Amino acid sequence: MARDKIYQEEEFPSPLLQLWHNFRQSPVVLVGFSCFAFLIILAIFAPLITPYSSIENHLDKLLLPPAWDKDGDISFLLGTDDLGRDLFSRLMHGTSLTFGLSFVVVIVSLVIGVFIGSLSALSSGIRSSFLNHFLDVILSIPSLLLAIVIVAILGPGLDNTLWAIVMVLIPQFVHVTRNAVKEEFTKDYVLASRLDGASSLRILRYSVFPNIIEKIISYATLAQSAAILDIAALGFLGLGAPIPLPEWGAMLSSGIDLFYIAPWTVYLPGLAILFSVIATNLVGEGMRHALKIGKES
Amino acid sequence: MPALLEVANLSKSYELSRSWFNKRSFCALEPLSFSVQAYKTLAIVGEAGSGKSTLAKVLVGAERPSTGKIKLNGQTLVDGDFKQRCQHIRMIFQDSGTTLNPSLTIRQLLDEPLKLNTDLDEAQRSQLIRETLFKVGLLADHMNFYPHMFSGGQKQRISLARAIILNPQVIILDEALASLDPSLRSQMINLLLDLQQQMGLAFILISHNLGIVRHFSDSMMVLHKGNVVESGPTADILRAPKDKYTRKLIMGQNYHLLHT
Repeated sequence: MARDKIYQEEEFPSPLLQLWHNFRQSPVVLVGFSCFAFLIILAIFAPLITPYSSIENHLDKLLLPPAWDKDGDISFLLGTDDLGRDLFSRLMHGTSLTFGLSFVVVIVSLVIGVFIGSLSALSSGIRSSFLNHFLDVILSIPSLLLAIVIVAILGPGLDNTLWAIVMVLIPQFVHVTRNAVKEEFTKDYVLASRLDGASSLRILRYSVFPNIIEKIISYATLAQSAAILDIAALGFLGLGAPIPLPEWGAMLSSGIDLFYIAPWTVYLPGLAILFSVIATNLVGEGMRHALKIGKES
Repeated sequence: MPALLEVANLSKSYELSRSWFNKRSFCALEPLSFSVQAYKTLAIVGEAGSGKSTLAKVLVGAERPSTGKIKLNGQTLVDGDFKQRCQHIRMIFQDSGTTLNPSLTIRQLLDEPLKLNTDLDEAQRSQLIRETLFKVGLLADHMNFYPHMFSGGQKQRISLARAIILNPQVIILDEALASLDPSLRSQMINLLLDLQQQMGLAFILISHNLGIVRHFSDSMMVLHKGNVVESGPTADILRAPKDKYTRKLIMGQNYHLLHT
């Protein structure tokens, strides 16, 4: 419904607000964004709203098909697995593991990466090079392989895989931040601010960060879809989340033996992974598109 | 009348190769001296690469001079001390589109120099911003606007407001009028001349447009490849240029004037 304006008020959209206006122009992107928001809410509130706990066994309801099947039961909406655990509850709990943890992982590596990257951009010479490149050796190894190496040393477990993914993402954020800050520092308004007597930190806070935040966020969405896939892949290989945890990749691998008798134990977690990756990518794509429109206008 | 700004033996050279042996340097500005008085305008003229922008950057403090001293009211300015310098010498850049931070409102933009260099409280700063915007012909309502909502001429006025808000004594205009169309340019020139009379400013006008220079400046200096080839009162130089290069410059511009 259109908003009625009774008083004539002028709006002064800030650049970020304008980005949001551009962002929501495309319906597809808005749908993706809603799904993304939905997943975040689900990840936070899943333990409160699930009908059953993720490890509760219903021994009389083994391998129950989803409710729309003629053998299904409406109290187990998406059916059960071979141990009689409710798939619907497990998938919801899995949101906080696969999607929620990937979000946390990206935030952690973003904060560390942006911090190191801006330090590197502010310093010069060998120190700057060192800060920029000391984690680069990690970039030479694919993230999955690195995670496997770390898991091989520290032993399998969800937290070890998370550290591995954080380690892989940090150098990428360092580079993105450093380049963006360096680019921003050559601009005239930074010089103007410096001539006002502003310190480098102040310039960074008021002149540089507001102008590169969109770039970093759009990169973070890319990083998140990679993180989701990594967590799920390691879970699938049995190196990530341990057995009873309802991590989507781990659920997928435990269902794979039952594929012929109970296909829903495989395709439902698979669809969940697909859904979250697509939602994340749509948000990122919309963000980059909005940035591009903003630059052109 | 004592000079407001005195520049003695100022030069700037850049090092080209960084190797330890075979150090070569490129001299952007040969040693030069001049002085400017309050209420007066000095024009610096020259073609691209003549060192005029380097001179502006050195004067405003964005670059350190290789040799020489800059004195303001008889007091030597320290290199790298922006706080001391920016209260007295301000600069307006060529393109205000890039010198205004796109994610800050005009109020925040004008607030920054005040916050950093004065002890005024919130209400006083706000009042001063209002007054300054009024001085350059903008409204107080514009405080909440973002730079992208202004036209080029208005942005130039905001740059001007930013330059005069600290009540400086010298303003450097680095091709500040070049990007404006003729009517805006004349508006801007009149505004600048009014402000000069009101505030007792000294302008250093860096330009390649001799029309503006003739209208605006009291004295001029012609730079060619970092050297001063001629300096003196504007009217005299334009009427009877002594140097060959100056003559060439004037003839070139007259030619332009005839054909546009």
